[in-house]
Amino acid sequence: MTVAAFVFYVFAVTVLLGGLMTVVSRNPVHSVLWLILTFIASAGLFVLLGAEFVAMLLMIVYVGAVAVLFLFVVMMLDIDFAQLRAEMSKYLPLALLIGVIILMELAMAFGVWDFSDGFATRIAAPTGEAQNTAALGLLIYDQYIMLFQLAGLILLVAMIGAIVLTLRHRKDVKRQNPVAQMHRDPAKAMELKDVKPGQGL
Amino acid sequence: MVEFFTNTNLGIVLLILGQCLLVLLPLLVALAFLMYADRKIWAAVQMRRGPNVVGVFGLLQSFADFIKYIVKEIVVPAGADRFVFFLAPMISFVLAVIAWAVIPFNDGWVISDINVAILYVFAISSLEVYGVIMGGWASNSKYPFLGSLRSAAQMISYEVSIGLIIIGVIISTGSMNFGDIVRAQDGNYGLFNWYWLPHFPMMFLFFISALAETNRPPFDLPEAESELVAGYQVEYSSTPFLLFMIGELTAVVLMCALVSLLFLGGWLSPIPGLPDGILWMVGKMAFCFFIFAMIKAITPRYRYDQLMRLGWKVFLPMSLGWVVIVAFLAKFEVLGGFWARWAIGG
Repeated sequence: MTVAAFVFYVFAVTVLLGGLMTVVSRNPVHSVLWLILTFIASAGLFVLLGAEFVAMLLMIVYVGAVAVLFLFVVMMLDIDFAQLRAEMSKYLPLALLIGVIILMELAMAFGVWDFSDGFATRIAAPTGEAQNTAALGLLIYDQYIMLFQLAGLILLVAMIGAIVLTLRHRKDVKRQNPVAQMHRDPAKAMELKDVKPGQGL
Repeated sequence: MVEFFTNTNLGIVLLILGQCLLVLLPLLVALAFLMYADRKIWAAVQMRRGPNVVGVFGLLQSFADFIKYIVKEIVVPAGADRFVFFLAPMISFVLAVIAWAVIPFNDGWVISDINVAILYVFAISSLEVYGVIMGGWASNSKYPFLGSLRSAAQMISYEVSIGLIIIGVIISTGSMNFGDIVRAQDGNYGLFNWYWLPHFPMMFLFFISALAETNRPPFDLPEAESELVAGYQVEYSSTPFLLFMIGELTAVVLMCALVSLLFLGGWLSPIPGLPDGILWMVGKMAFCFFIFAMIKAITPRYRYDQLMRLGWKVFLPMSLGWVVIVAFLAKFEVLGGFWARWAIGG
Protein backbone atom coordinates (compact mmCIF):
# COMPACT_ATOMS: atom_id res chain seq x y z
CA MET A 1 0.00 0.00 0.00
CA THR A 2 1.42 3.36 -0.96
CA VAL A 3 1.50 6.31 1.42
CA ALA A 4 -1.20 8.10 -0.58
CA ALA A 5 -3.49 5.06 -0.39
CA PHE A 6 -2.91 4.74 3.36
CA VAL A 7 -3.70 8.43 3.91
CA PHE A 8 -6.80 8.06 1.71
CA TYR A 9 -8.12 5.22 3.87
CA VAL A 10 -7.41 7.18 7.05
CA PHE A 11 -9.39 10.17 5.76
CA ALA A 12 -12.15 7.99 4.27
CA VAL A 13 -12.66 6.09 7.53
CA THR A 14 -12.64 9.39 9.43
CA VAL A 15 -15.32 10.82 7.14
CA LEU A 16 -17.55 7.77 7.59
CA LEU A 17 -16.98 7.60 11.35
CA GLY A 18 -17.56 11.32 11.74
CA GLY A 19 -20.78 11.13 9.72
CA LEU A 20 -22.03 8.19 11.73
CA MET A 21 -21.20 9.80 15.06
CA THR A 22 -22.87 13.05 13.93
CA VAL A 23 -26.12 11.10 13.70
CA VAL A 24 -25.88 8.85 16.75
CA SER A 25 -24.28 11.25 19.26
CA ARG A 26 -26.51 11.89 22.23
CA ASN A 27 -25.28 15.42 22.81
CA PRO A 28 -26.03 17.87 19.96
CA VAL A 29 -22.81 19.79 20.61
CA HIS A 30 -20.83 16.57 20.17
CA SER A 31 -22.75 16.02 16.94
CA VAL A 32 -21.56 19.35 15.59
CA LEU A 33 -17.98 18.57 16.65
CA TRP A 34 -18.12 15.24 14.79
CA LEU A 35 -19.54 17.09 11.79
CA ILE A 36 -16.52 19.42 11.91
CA LEU A 37 -14.21 16.40 11.95
CA THR A 38 -16.04 15.11 8.87
CA PHE A 39 -15.50 18.44 7.08
CA ILE A 40 -11.80 18.43 7.92
CA ALA A 41 -11.34 14.85 6.72
CA SER A 42 -13.15 15.65 3.45
CA ALA A 43 -10.82 18.62 3.01
CA GLY A 44 -7.98 16.09 3.37
CA LEU A 45 -9.56 13.96 0.61
CA PHE A 46 -9.67 17.02 -1.66
CA VAL A 47 -5.97 17.61 -1.02
CA LEU A 48 -5.27 14.01 -2.02
CA LEU A 49 -7.18 14.61 -5.26
CA GLY A 50 -4.87 17.55 -5.97
CA ALA A 51 -7.65 20.12 -5.43
CA GLU A 52 -5.92 22.10 -2.71
CA PHE A 53 -7.87 25.30 -3.42
CA VAL A 54 -11.23 23.59 -2.90
CA ALA A 55 -9.87 21.94 0.24
CA MET A 56 -8.84 25.26 1.74
CA LEU A 57 -12.20 26.83 0.79
CA LEU A 58 -13.97 23.95 2.52
CA MET A 59 -11.91 24.63 5.63
CA ILE A 60 -12.43 28.39 5.59
CA VAL A 61 -16.10 28.51 4.63
CA TYR A 62 -17.58 25.40 6.22
CA VAL A 63 -15.33 24.72 9.20
CA GLY A 64 -14.28 28.31 9.90
CA ALA A 65 -17.63 30.03 9.44
CA VAL A 66 -20.70 27.82 8.92
CA ALA A 67 -19.86 25.23 11.58
CA VAL A 68 -19.03 27.98 14.09
CA LEU A 69 -22.54 29.34 13.61
CA PHE A 70 -23.98 25.82 13.97
CA LEU A 71 -22.07 25.38 17.20
CA PHE A 72 -23.14 28.83 18.34
CA VAL A 73 -26.82 28.01 17.82
CA VAL A 74 -26.71 24.48 19.20
CA MET A 75 -24.97 25.61 22.39
CA MET A 76 -27.70 28.18 23.00
CA LEU A 77 -30.53 25.68 22.56
CA ASP A 78 -32.29 24.38 25.61
CA ILE A 79 -32.85 20.75 24.69
CA ASP A 80 -34.26 17.89 26.71
CA PHE A 81 -31.93 15.06 25.72
CA ALA A 82 -34.18 12.25 27.01
CA GLN A 83 -37.10 13.48 24.97
CA LEU A 84 -34.85 13.84 21.95
CA ARG A 85 -33.78 10.21 22.18
CA ALA A 86 -37.37 9.03 22.49
CA GLU A 87 -38.23 10.96 19.34
CA MET A 88 -35.27 9.40 17.57
CA SER A 89 -36.46 5.84 18.18
CA LYS A 90 -39.86 6.87 16.83
CA TYR A 91 -38.46 8.13 13.56
CA LEU A 92 -35.78 5.45 13.18
CA PRO A 93 -37.74 3.14 10.81
CA LEU A 94 -38.62 6.02 8.48
CA ALA A 95 -35.02 7.25 8.48
CA LEU A 96 -33.72 3.76 7.73
CA LEU A 97 -36.21 3.42 4.87
CA ILE A 98 -35.05 6.72 3.33
CA GLY A 99 -31.42 5.70 3.77
CA VAL A 100 -31.96 2.36 2.05
CA ILE A 101 -33.81 4.04 -0.83
CA ILE A 102 -30.98 6.54 -1.38
CA LEU A 103 -28.41 3.74 -1.22
CA MET A 104 -30.33 1.73 -3.82
CA GLU A 105 -30.68 4.75 -6.08
CA LEU A 106 -26.96 5.39 -5.91
CA ALA A 107 -26.21 1.72 -6.60
CA MET A 108 -28.53 1.74 -9.60
CA ALA A 109 -27.06 4.97 -10.95
CA PHE A 110 -23.48 3.77 -10.65
CA GLY A 111 -24.37 0.25 -11.80
CA VAL A 112 -25.36 1.45 -15.26
CA TRP A 113 -22.57 4.06 -15.47
CA ASP A 114 -20.72 3.60 -18.73
CA PHE A 115 -17.00 4.10 -18.19
CA SER A 116 -15.00 4.73 -21.34
CA ASP A 117 -11.59 3.14 -21.79
CA GLY A 118 -8.74 4.69 -19.86
CA PHE A 119 -10.96 7.05 -17.86
CA ALA A 120 -8.67 6.73 -14.85
CA THR A 121 -5.83 8.48 -16.63
CA ARG A 122 -8.09 11.27 -17.85
CA ILE A 123 -9.63 12.14 -14.48
CA ALA A 124 -6.20 12.32 -12.85
CA ALA A 125 -5.07 15.79 -11.84
CA PRO A 126 -3.40 17.59 -14.74
CA THR A 127 0.26 18.08 -14.06
CA GLY A 128 2.41 20.92 -15.25
CA GLU A 129 1.61 24.58 -15.82
CA ALA A 130 -2.00 25.06 -14.79
CA GLN A 131 -2.47 25.44 -11.03
CA ASN A 132 -5.98 24.57 -10.05
CA THR A 133 -6.46 27.94 -8.32
CA ALA A 134 -5.72 29.78 -11.56
CA ALA A 135 -7.70 27.25 -13.61
CA LEU A 136 -10.75 27.65 -11.36
CA GLY A 137 -10.42 31.43 -11.54
CA LEU A 138 -10.39 31.35 -15.34
CA LEU A 139 -13.44 29.07 -15.43
CA ILE A 140 -15.49 31.08 -12.94
CA TYR A 141 -14.55 34.62 -13.92
CA ASP A 142 -14.01 34.25 -17.68
CA GLN A 143 -15.97 31.36 -19.06
CA TYR A 144 -18.97 31.24 -16.73
CA ILE A 145 -18.97 34.82 -15.45
CA MET A 146 -22.71 35.31 -16.12
CA LEU A 147 -23.79 32.18 -14.27
CA PHE A 148 -21.45 33.02 -11.40
CA GLN A 149 -22.79 36.56 -11.08
CA LEU A 150 -26.36 35.25 -11.28
CA ALA A 151 -25.68 32.85 -8.43
CA GLY A 152 -24.22 35.73 -6.44
CA LEU A 153 -27.30 37.83 -7.19
CA ILE A 154 -29.61 35.07 -5.94
CA LEU A 155 -27.64 34.90 -2.70
CA LEU A 156 -27.83 38.68 -2.36
CA VAL A 157 -31.61 38.63 -2.82
CA ALA A 158 -31.91 35.85 -0.24
CA MET A 159 -29.77 37.83 2.20
CA ILE A 160 -31.75 41.04 1.73
CA GLY A 161 -34.96 39.04 2.12
CA ALA A 162 -33.80 37.57 5.41
CA ILE A 163 -32.78 40.99 6.70
CA VAL A 164 -36.06 42.63 5.65
CA LEU A 165 -38.08 39.86 7.30
CA THR A 166 -36.27 40.11 10.64
CA LEU A 167 -35.46 43.81 10.84
CA ARG A 168 -37.65 45.84 13.11
CA HIS A 169 -36.87 49.23 14.48
CA ARG A 170 -37.44 49.31 18.20
CA LYS A 171 -38.14 52.67 19.70
CA ASP A 172 -37.99 51.56 23.33
CA VAL A 173 -34.28 50.79 23.53
CA LYS A 174 -31.40 53.19 24.04
CA ARG A 175 -28.89 53.16 21.21
CA GLN A 176 -25.24 54.12 21.17
CA ASN A 177 -24.29 57.00 18.94
CA PRO A 178 -20.49 56.78 18.53
CA VAL A 179 -20.19 60.09 16.65
CA ALA A 180 -22.00 61.98 19.39
CA GLN A 181 -19.90 60.17 22.00
CA MET A 182 -16.67 61.11 20.27
CA HIS A 183 -17.60 64.78 20.01
CA ARG A 184 -18.61 65.20 23.62
CA ASP A 185 -17.12 68.24 25.25
CA PRO A 186 -15.50 67.66 28.68
CA ALA A 187 -16.63 71.11 29.77
CA LYS A 188 -20.29 70.19 29.18
CA ALA A 189 -20.06 66.61 30.36
CA MET A 190 -18.70 67.23 33.82
CA GLU A 191 -18.59 69.90 36.42
CA LEU A 192 -15.87 70.33 39.04
CA LYS A 193 -16.96 71.51 42.45
CA ASP A 194 -14.73 72.63 45.25
CA VAL A 195 -16.26 71.02 48.32
CA LYS A 196 -15.51 72.79 51.56
CA PRO A 197 -14.74 70.49 54.50
CA GLY A 198 -17.65 70.05 56.87
CA GLN A 199 -20.18 71.69 54.51
CA GLY A 200 -20.83 69.22 51.71
CA LEU A 201 -22.73 70.24 48.62
CA MET B 1 23.12 8.95 2.89
CA VAL B 2 21.43 11.76 0.98
CA GLU B 3 19.51 9.22 -1.12
CA PHE B 4 18.13 7.64 2.04
CA PHE B 5 16.50 10.94 3.07
CA THR B 6 15.15 11.85 -0.37
CA ASN B 7 14.14 8.50 -1.87
CA THR B 8 12.88 6.09 0.78
CA ASN B 9 9.56 6.63 2.57
CA LEU B 10 11.13 6.26 6.01
CA GLY B 11 13.86 8.72 5.10
CA ILE B 12 11.34 11.32 3.90
CA VAL B 13 9.27 10.94 7.07
CA LEU B 14 12.40 11.31 9.23
CA LEU B 15 13.50 14.33 7.21
CA ILE B 16 10.12 16.06 7.62
CA LEU B 17 10.06 15.26 11.33
CA GLY B 18 13.52 16.75 11.65
CA GLN B 19 12.42 19.90 9.82
CA CYS B 20 9.37 20.21 12.08
CA LEU B 21 11.57 19.95 15.17
CA LEU B 22 13.93 22.49 13.66
CA VAL B 23 11.07 24.98 13.43
CA LEU B 24 9.21 24.00 16.59
CA LEU B 25 12.01 23.95 19.16
CA PRO B 26 13.46 27.41 18.39
CA LEU B 27 9.87 28.69 18.22
CA LEU B 28 8.97 27.40 21.68
CA VAL B 29 12.23 28.64 23.21
CA ALA B 30 11.69 32.02 21.53
CA LEU B 31 8.15 32.07 22.96
CA ALA B 32 9.53 31.83 26.48
CA PHE B 33 11.67 34.92 25.92
CA LEU B 34 8.90 36.73 24.02
CA MET B 35 6.61 36.19 27.01
CA TYR B 36 9.35 37.70 29.19
CA ALA B 37 9.82 40.58 26.72
CA ASP B 38 6.07 41.19 26.71
CA ARG B 39 6.01 41.56 30.49
CA LYS B 40 9.20 43.64 30.58
CA ILE B 41 7.91 46.10 27.96
CA TRP B 42 4.59 46.32 29.73
CA ALA B 43 6.39 47.00 33.01
CA ALA B 44 8.73 49.56 31.46
CA VAL B 45 5.82 51.58 30.05
CA GLN B 46 4.20 51.62 33.49
CA MET B 47 7.57 52.42 35.16
CA ARG B 48 7.68 49.13 37.04
CA ARG B 49 10.54 46.66 37.05
CA GLY B 50 8.72 43.61 35.79
CA PRO B 51 10.05 40.09 36.34
CA ASN B 52 13.60 40.43 37.75
CA VAL B 53 14.08 37.63 40.29
CA VAL B 54 14.60 34.32 38.47
CA GLY B 55 17.93 34.30 36.64
CA VAL B 56 19.93 37.32 35.49
CA PHE B 57 17.47 40.23 34.92
CA GLY B 58 14.68 37.68 35.39
CA LEU B 59 15.49 36.06 32.05
CA LEU B 60 14.48 32.61 33.29
CA GLN B 61 11.08 33.75 34.61
CA SER B 62 9.16 32.03 31.79
CA PHE B 63 10.89 28.70 32.50
CA ALA B 64 10.03 28.98 36.19
CA ASP B 65 6.41 29.70 35.21
CA PHE B 66 6.50 26.70 32.89
CA ILE B 67 7.54 24.35 35.71
CA LYS B 68 4.93 25.89 37.98
CA TYR B 69 2.14 25.28 35.44
CA ILE B 70 3.24 21.71 34.81
CA VAL B 71 3.35 20.58 38.44
CA LYS B 72 0.10 22.21 39.58
CA GLU B 73 -3.05 20.18 40.09
CA ILE B 74 -5.53 19.90 37.23
CA VAL B 75 -8.99 20.86 38.44
CA VAL B 76 -12.03 19.78 36.45
CA PRO B 77 -15.27 21.59 37.32
CA ALA B 78 -18.25 19.46 38.35
CA GLY B 79 -20.61 18.95 35.43
CA ALA B 80 -17.92 19.74 32.88
CA ASP B 81 -17.83 17.82 29.63
CA ARG B 82 -14.49 16.14 30.34
CA PHE B 83 -13.63 15.14 26.78
CA VAL B 84 -14.32 18.54 25.23
CA PHE B 85 -12.83 20.26 28.28
CA PHE B 86 -9.42 18.71 27.60
CA LEU B 87 -9.77 18.74 23.83
CA ALA B 88 -10.14 22.53 23.72
CA PRO B 89 -6.65 23.53 24.96
CA MET B 90 -5.06 20.84 22.80
CA ILE B 91 -6.84 22.18 19.70
CA SER B 92 -5.78 25.68 20.63
CA PHE B 93 -2.13 24.63 20.91
CA VAL B 94 -1.98 22.29 17.91
CA LEU B 95 -3.65 24.76 15.53
CA ALA B 96 -1.30 27.53 16.58
CA VAL B 97 1.69 25.29 15.89
CA ILE B 98 0.72 23.63 12.58
CA ALA B 99 0.30 26.95 10.79
CA TRP B 100 4.10 27.33 10.92
CA ALA B 101 4.47 24.51 8.39
CA VAL B 102 4.05 26.95 5.51
CA ILE B 103 5.82 30.02 6.92
CA PRO B 104 9.16 30.61 5.15
CA PHE B 105 12.01 32.10 7.19
CA ASN B 106 14.34 32.59 4.25
CA ASP B 107 14.20 31.94 0.52
CA GLY B 108 13.17 28.27 0.39
CA TRP B 109 13.46 27.69 4.14
CA VAL B 110 9.98 26.28 4.58
CA ILE B 111 8.69 22.85 5.58
CA SER B 112 5.90 22.71 3.00
CA ASP B 113 6.05 25.04 0.00
CA ILE B 114 2.40 24.75 -1.10
CA ASN B 115 0.53 26.81 -3.70
CA VAL B 116 -2.24 27.93 -1.37
CA ALA B 117 -0.02 28.69 1.62
CA ILE B 118 -1.77 31.93 2.54
CA LEU B 119 -5.20 30.29 2.38
CA TYR B 120 -3.87 27.51 4.60
CA VAL B 121 -2.75 29.98 7.25
CA PHE B 122 -6.07 31.81 6.95
CA ALA B 123 -7.98 28.53 7.35
CA ILE B 124 -5.95 27.58 10.42
CA SER B 125 -6.42 30.96 12.04
CA SER B 126 -10.15 30.76 11.40
CA LEU B 127 -10.21 27.40 13.19
CA GLU B 128 -8.55 28.84 16.28
CA VAL B 129 -11.92 30.08 17.48
CA TYR B 130 -12.88 26.46 18.24
CA GLY B 131 -10.46 26.14 21.13
CA VAL B 132 -12.09 29.17 22.72
CA ILE B 133 -15.72 28.19 22.10
CA MET B 134 -15.23 24.57 23.18
CA GLY B 135 -13.29 25.59 26.28
CA GLY B 136 -16.00 28.02 27.33
CA TRP B 137 -18.85 25.63 26.69
CA ALA B 138 -17.24 22.55 28.27
CA SER B 139 -16.46 24.40 31.51
CA ASN B 140 -20.19 24.37 32.35
CA SER B 141 -19.92 27.77 33.97
CA LYS B 142 -21.42 31.17 33.20
CA TYR B 143 -18.41 33.45 32.79
CA PRO B 144 -16.39 31.14 30.52
CA PHE B 145 -19.45 30.66 28.35
CA LEU B 146 -20.08 34.39 28.03
CA GLY B 147 -16.40 34.87 27.23
CA SER B 148 -16.45 32.21 24.53
CA LEU B 149 -19.57 33.65 22.89
CA ARG B 150 -17.98 37.09 22.78
CA SER B 151 -14.85 35.59 21.32
CA ALA B 152 -16.71 33.68 18.61
CA ALA B 153 -18.46 36.82 17.40
CA GLN B 154 -15.28 38.88 17.59
CA MET B 155 -12.98 36.46 15.78
CA ILE B 156 -15.46 35.82 12.96
CA SER B 157 -16.02 39.56 12.46
CA TYR B 158 -12.35 40.44 12.10
CA GLU B 159 -11.53 37.39 10.01
CA VAL B 160 -13.64 38.90 7.24
CA SER B 161 -11.52 42.03 6.96
CA ILE B 162 -8.28 40.05 7.30
CA GLY B 163 -9.40 37.87 4.39
CA LEU B 164 -10.24 40.88 2.21
CA ILE B 165 -6.89 42.56 2.95
CA ILE B 166 -5.08 39.33 2.03
CA ILE B 167 -7.01 39.29 -1.27
CA GLY B 168 -5.54 42.71 -2.07
CA VAL B 169 -2.03 41.33 -1.58
CA ILE B 170 -2.85 38.25 -3.67
CA ILE B 171 -4.12 40.47 -6.51
CA SER B 172 -0.85 42.41 -6.45
CA THR B 173 1.26 39.24 -6.45
CA GLY B 174 -0.75 36.90 -8.62
CA SER B 175 0.08 33.99 -6.34
CA MET B 176 -0.88 32.60 -2.93
CA ASN B 177 2.57 31.24 -2.16
CA PHE B 178 4.50 33.11 0.53
CA GLY B 179 7.75 32.73 -1.39
CA ASP B 180 6.20 34.38 -4.45
CA ILE B 181 4.66 37.12 -2.33
CA VAL B 182 8.02 38.02 -0.80
CA ARG B 183 9.90 37.75 -4.10
CA ALA B 184 7.32 40.11 -5.66
CA GLN B 185 8.40 42.71 -3.09
CA ASP B 186 12.03 42.52 -4.19
CA GLY B 187 13.38 45.47 -6.14
CA ASN B 188 16.00 48.15 -6.46
CA TYR B 189 14.68 50.47 -3.78
CA GLY B 190 14.90 48.26 -0.71
CA LEU B 191 12.11 48.93 1.74
CA PHE B 192 10.20 51.17 -0.69
CA ASN B 193 9.49 48.10 -2.84
CA TRP B 194 7.67 46.33 -0.05
CA TYR B 195 3.89 46.08 0.03
CA TRP B 196 3.45 48.46 2.96
CA LEU B 197 3.73 51.34 0.50
CA PRO B 198 1.32 50.25 -2.26
CA HIS B 199 -1.04 48.76 0.34
CA PHE B 200 -0.42 51.55 2.80
CA PRO B 201 -3.71 51.88 4.70
CA MET B 202 -4.32 48.14 4.66
CA MET B 203 -1.17 47.33 6.61
CA PHE B 204 -2.59 49.14 9.64
CA LEU B 205 -6.03 47.62 9.16
CA PHE B 206 -4.41 44.19 9.01
CA PHE B 207 -2.43 44.88 12.15
CA ILE B 208 -5.48 46.05 14.10
CA SER B 209 -7.54 43.12 12.83
CA ALA B 210 -4.72 40.82 13.92
CA LEU B 211 -4.98 42.30 17.42
CA ALA B 212 -8.69 41.50 17.48
CA GLU B 213 -8.24 38.05 15.92
CA THR B 214 -5.71 37.03 18.57
CA ASN B 215 -7.72 38.55 21.45
CA ARG B 216 -4.93 40.95 22.36
CA PRO B 217 -5.56 44.26 24.11
CA PRO B 218 -7.31 46.60 23.34
CA PHE B 219 -9.65 43.89 22.01
CA ASP B 220 -9.21 41.31 24.78
CA LEU B 221 -12.92 41.28 25.59
CA PRO B 222 -13.20 37.47 25.74
CA GLU B 223 -11.02 37.63 28.83
CA ALA B 224 -11.98 41.06 30.14
CA GLU B 225 -11.07 40.47 33.75
CA SER B 226 -13.17 43.30 35.15
CA GLU B 227 -16.33 41.81 33.67
CA LEU B 228 -15.74 38.11 33.02
CA VAL B 229 -12.92 37.19 35.45
CA ALA B 230 -10.70 35.55 32.80
CA GLY B 231 -13.26 34.66 30.13
CA TYR B 232 -13.06 31.16 28.70
CA GLN B 233 -9.96 30.32 30.78
CA VAL B 234 -11.63 30.73 34.19
CA GLU B 235 -11.98 27.04 34.96
CA TYR B 236 -8.63 25.99 33.50
CA SER B 237 -5.58 25.34 35.62
CA SER B 238 -2.17 23.77 35.27
CA THR B 239 -1.12 22.28 31.91
CA PRO B 240 -4.41 22.90 30.02
CA PHE B 241 -4.13 26.58 30.95
CA LEU B 242 -0.50 26.54 29.82
CA LEU B 243 -1.55 25.10 26.47
CA PHE B 244 -4.14 27.87 26.03
CA MET B 245 -1.53 30.47 26.86
CA ILE B 246 1.10 29.03 24.51
CA GLY B 247 -1.52 28.73 21.78
CA GLU B 248 -2.54 32.35 22.20
CA LEU B 249 1.04 33.63 22.18
CA THR B 250 1.98 31.45 19.19
CA ALA B 251 -0.98 32.91 17.30
CA VAL B 252 0.34 36.39 18.11
CA VAL B 253 3.81 35.51 16.81
CA LEU B 254 2.21 33.96 13.73
CA MET B 255 0.42 37.23 13.07
CA CYS B 256 3.79 39.02 13.42
CA ALA B 257 5.24 36.63 10.82
CA LEU B 258 2.27 37.29 8.52
CA VAL B 259 2.67 41.08 8.77
CA SER B 260 6.41 40.67 8.03
CA LEU B 261 5.79 38.43 5.02
CA LEU B 262 2.84 40.29 3.51
CA PHE B 263 3.79 43.91 4.06
CA LEU B 264 7.39 44.16 5.29
CA GLY B 265 9.18 42.07 2.69
CA GLY B 266 9.91 38.93 4.74
CA TRP B 267 13.61 38.09 4.53
CA LEU B 268 14.44 40.93 2.14
CA SER B 269 16.94 43.54 3.25
CA PRO B 270 15.49 47.06 3.73
CA ILE B 271 18.66 48.70 2.38
CA PRO B 272 19.70 47.86 -1.19
CA GLY B 273 23.09 46.17 -1.20
CA LEU B 274 22.89 44.42 2.16
CA PRO B 275 22.42 40.64 1.91
CA ASP B 276 18.91 39.22 2.45
CA GLY B 277 18.50 36.54 5.07
CA ILE B 278 16.74 34.98 8.01
CA LEU B 279 18.01 37.70 10.38
CA TRP B 280 15.85 40.31 8.63
CA MET B 281 12.81 38.05 8.95
CA VAL B 282 13.40 37.44 12.65
CA GLY B 283 14.14 41.13 13.20
CA LYS B 284 10.89 42.18 11.51
CA MET B 285 8.90 39.66 13.54
CA ALA B 286 10.52 40.94 16.75
CA PHE B 287 9.69 44.52 15.71
CA CYS B 288 6.03 43.58 15.12
CA PHE B 289 5.92 41.83 18.48
CA PHE B 290 7.33 44.94 20.14
CA ILE B 291 4.48 46.98 18.65
CA PHE B 292 2.00 44.32 19.87
CA ALA B 293 3.46 44.61 23.38
CA MET B 294 3.43 48.42 23.30
CA ILE B 295 -0.20 48.47 22.21
CA LYS B 296 -1.04 46.18 25.12
CA ALA B 297 0.62 48.63 27.48
CA ILE B 298 -0.76 51.94 26.21
CA THR B 299 -4.33 51.37 25.00
CA PRO B 300 -7.50 51.12 27.09
CA ARG B 301 -9.93 48.28 26.36
CA TYR B 302 -12.68 48.76 23.79
CA ARG B 303 -16.34 48.55 24.64
CA TYR B 304 -18.01 45.56 22.98
CA ASP B 305 -20.41 47.54 20.78
CA GLN B 306 -17.51 49.75 19.65
CA LEU B 307 -15.56 46.62 18.74
CA MET B 308 -18.39 45.25 16.60
CA ARG B 309 -19.00 48.64 15.00
CA LEU B 310 -15.31 48.97 14.12
CA GLY B 311 -15.22 45.52 12.57
CA TRP B 312 -18.39 45.60 10.50
CA LYS B 313 -19.02 49.29 9.79
CA VAL B 314 -15.47 50.61 9.39
CA PHE B 315 -13.00 47.84 8.53
CA LEU B 316 -15.25 45.74 6.30
CA PRO B 317 -16.31 48.58 3.92
CA MET B 318 -12.75 49.94 3.82
CA SER B 319 -11.10 46.63 3.01
CA LEU B 320 -13.82 45.68 0.53
CA GLY B 321 -13.43 49.03 -1.20
CA TRP B 322 -9.67 48.56 -1.26
CA VAL B 323 -10.02 45.20 -3.02
CA VAL B 324 -11.97 46.94 -5.81
CA ILE B 325 -9.50 49.84 -6.00
CA VAL B 326 -6.42 47.61 -6.03
CA ALA B 327 -7.99 45.41 -8.71
CA PHE B 328 -8.34 48.48 -10.95
CA LEU B 329 -4.85 49.76 -10.12
CA ALA B 330 -3.36 46.35 -10.91
CA LYS B 331 -5.41 45.75 -14.05
CA PHE B 332 -4.47 49.06 -15.67
CA GLU B 333 -0.89 48.88 -14.31
CA VAL B 334 -0.98 52.35 -12.78
CA LEU B 335 2.48 53.81 -11.97
CA GLY B 336 4.22 51.21 -14.12
CA GLY B 337 2.90 48.18 -12.30
CA PHE B 338 3.33 49.49 -8.77
CA TRP B 339 0.31 47.38 -7.76
CA ALA B 340 0.77 44.69 -10.42
CA ARG B 341 4.01 42.95 -9.58
CA TRP B 342 3.05 39.94 -11.73
CA ALA B 343 3.00 42.22 -14.77
CA ILE B 344 6.54 43.55 -14.39
CA GLY B 345 7.98 40.13 -13.67
CA GLY B 346 8.72 40.91 -10.02
